[in-house]
Amino acid sequence: MRQLVIDFKKCDAGRNCQHECELECAIKVFKVDDPAQAALQIKAYEEGGGHAVLCDQCGDCVVVCPSEALKRNKLGVVMIDKNVCVGCYMCIGFCEKEAFMRNSDWITPHKCTSCGICVKVCPHGALSIVDVPEPARRII
Amino acid sequence: MSQLVFDPSKVMNIDYTLRTEYLEGLEAIKAAHKVLKEITYTPSLPDKGYTNRTLYVNVGTLEIKEKPVTQQMKDVFIGGRGFGLYHLWNAVKPTTRWNDPENEIIISPGPVAGITQYAGTGKSLVVSLSPQTDIPIDSNVGGFYGPLLKFSGFDALELQGKSDKDIILFIDGVKGIIRIEEAPTDPVDSHVLAEILTHMYAENEADLPNISVVSTGAAAEHSLIGMLNFSFYDRRRKCVRFKQAGRGGIGTVFRNKRIRALVVRGPKVAGDLNHPADPETIAKTGIKYHKEIRENDPHQCMMRRNGTAHIVEIMDAYDLLPVHNFQFGSHPDVHKIDSSYWQQRCTQVTSDGCWYGCSMACAKGADGLTVRTGPYKGHLVSVDGPEYENAAGLGSNCGVFDPDALLELNFYCDTYGICTITYGTLTAFVMECYQRGILNLERTGGLDMTWGNAEADLEMMHQMARGEGFGKIAGLGVKKMKEHFIKNGWGDPQLINDIGMENKGLEYSQYMSKESLAQQGGYALTNKGPQHDEAWLIFMDMVNKQLPTFEDKAEALYYFPLFRTWFGLNGFCKLPWNDVVPADNASQPEPQKVPEHVQNYVDLFTATTGIKITKEDLITQSAKVYNFQRVFNIRMGKGLRLHDAAPYRSLGPVTKEEYESRAERYDKQIVDEMGLDPAGKSTEEKMALHREWRTGRFSKLMDSVYTRRGWTLDGVPTLDRLKELGLDAFPEVVEVVKQHL
Repeated sequence: MRQLVIDFKKCDAGRNCQHECELECAIKVFKVDDPAQAALQIKAYEEGGGHAVLCDQCGDCVVVCPSEALKRNKLGVVMIDKNVCVGCYMCIGFCEKEAFMRNSDWITPHKCTSCGICVKVCPHGALSIVDVPEPARRII
Repeated sequence: MSQLVFDPSKVMNIDYTLRTEYLEGLEAIKAAHKVLKEITYTPSLPDKGYTNRTLYVNVGTLEIKEKPVTQQMKDVFIGGRGFGLYHLWNAVKPTTRWNDPENEIIISPGPVAGITQYAGTGKSLVVSLSPQTDIPIDSNVGGFYGPLLKFSGFDALELQGKSDKDIILFIDGVKGIIRIEEAPTDPVDSHVLAEILTHMYAENEADLPNISVVSTGAAAEHSLIGMLNFSFYDRRRKCVRFKQAGRGGIGTVFRNKRIRALVVRGPKVAGDLNHPADPETIAKTGIKYHKEIRENDPHQCMMRRNGTAHIVEIMDAYDLLPVHNFQFGSHPDVHKIDSSYWQQRCTQVTSDGCWYGCSMACAKGADGLTVRTGPYKGHLVSVDGPEYENAAGLGSNCGVFDPDALLELNFYCDTYGICTITYGTLTAFVMECYQRGILNLERTGGLDMTWGNAEADLEMMHQMARGEGFGKIAGLGVKKMKEHFIKNGWGDPQLINDIGMENKGLEYSQYMSKESLAQQGGYALTNKGPQHDEAWLIFMDMVNKQLPTFEDKAEALYYFPLFRTWFGLNGFCKLPWNDVVPADNASQPEPQKVPEHVQNYVDLFTATTGIKITKEDLITQSAKVYNFQRVFNIRMGKGLRLHDAAPYRSLGPVTKEEYESRAERYDKQIVDEMGLDPAGKSTEEKMALHREWRTGRFSKLMDSVYTRRGWTLDGVPTLDRLKELGLDAFPEVVEVVKQHL
């Protein structure tokens, strides 16, 4: 299963970069010039360090989706079929990592699909795509 | 979080994909259909929750026409049950009865119905004159029909007239076609019929979820307790499933009109089809609630895993589960049918909402039942739930603790088109009559209706479906059975009346109210009859202890019936309101009202319609419809104090065994409540004291509740109350009331 991971030994939570990862994602993937719409969000802690909001492809959203709009592709990545999605946002509400997102302009939600576009632009080389086993489905 | 990893080995060893198929005869059945009438129309989507037109179909004359939704309809009746009652009032006369052609079945989803972002927003409200009560019945049902009807262009569907042949009404909301088809060879029972029709009218596999079928079954034709199955296509199970408009016999009216099915084909559902005024608020409110379910449901009700059956063991623990026709409140075998069993028996890791976006997802399914009796013997089927009402009604109330038998009873109730609640209560009554010698083998035609005899129970149901034998008598319901038994001199009339659990002609639903004064009123002081959806107060009163005083109970019987009516005006399910509550709810003022969720509903209404309301307006909206319905009952010859009378079994112990099963509690009440000393008194003497005290207390409750509702002590809304609500704008309404003041 293809998964985007971030190494916080290398990432300084945006203190010494321009959030290139977010901007690249917003522009290239979502065609908007607004990093707030990116599928990964780097958050800095006041006391130092930080965390990333991003999808780890756990698949909880696949279990709760009522319209089967969410399915894993051949690489194990959870993909949304916008033509099937009914915009119920259960995927957003049930995502423990808060990695499923929405904005007011789109009726369907969105999230990281481990495409790797952000990996190439990170000035610290903190992002990478890894291959990990698919987790068991959970009763949610 | 107590979320668990899915372990396939813990799920029943059943491959439900081997379910019995019913599509073989589809082409022949389709070929036999004959178009009787077809019109075209312009489909439209709602604007701020309303399409602003309704559809009228007369199945007798084949007239099909559109009617405008007026501003007055929206202002006074809102939608859903309100629209149903409005249309029904205009359609019938005081002399109209259920089987007259002018009686209608009205289906209306309400303005908020069809949004996909909040749990429980796909409901249809069905209204008709009931064959059981002769007054309007309203039923709140899930499934996709209501939302798809609205997305096809109609805020309500009125069905009037009587056909002389079996017909199907098909609405194609994509192509703009409405068609009445003769359906001479269609199967009768719902689980076969709806599967076939869903595939018949879908254009391809992707279209299957856009079809919804309303149907009933064989027993609706031979009983007064028929219900309607509203279908939805379950994408994961790849089969058609149902929610039921159960109470009051609307399925019987449906078949009396010779309607075989209603089919709607709606547009592909998306998150914005209801075109709300403020989608952002709806999205935020919905996501907030989904998170609440994720975080709180595993610690509160576990609705997502158990459905409503999670309260079986709670009711048992609090001595409130109906056992043996509401005599007792618990039973040692209940563990066989409580949620610990259903959690294993129901399929997990699936999506069990009966409309999109229902994160509560209580429409559980027990897959892979091999049917053991009747016309579907040997078939492998999927069965609903069972819901709490079915586990209690078909199970403990009749002494049936074999879960497979319970599932089979549930399956046949559904496919035969009869209400599980009604069937459970009437069978419990039959079994108690059998126990007490009011019935015997000769009188039941050989059915051994001993407590727990599921075989005889199922045979009675098959007889009901065939219109034969004692099953046909049972299918008349408790009220008519009581009259029949008394007329035949089969037992003491007082005993028969005391133990026959009906009010206004409708059977009680499955809560044992005799220890809860609030629920006694919650059942008997209803508009349609004793159904908990109007005032489910037993949990609040007896488990959460939120209504400690007489005044609290009387006030609850003012507020909650109105609050809960509002769900039915808008197309909401009631369960997401209080089956999961915010983590800090207990520390809020008036926690029994779940204030944060009330605000959610206020916000959802405003965000859908653009009409700003407050939580007080919400109650006023309901009060208009609630009082209109009360006057409607009076117009039809009921709706007065005498019609709110409760059978004594619902108020207190009828028999010695019942008293002695709770002797300590009842003796204490003689001391504490009556100021008397039970010592030296026989059980019969103590029962008499209780009867006097309990009936007196109930009468006092009626006085208080009527006064609080703005009614006379005879239960009639006063002219002042009607004026306050703006109902004086309807001269006919005022005229009905004047005759009783």
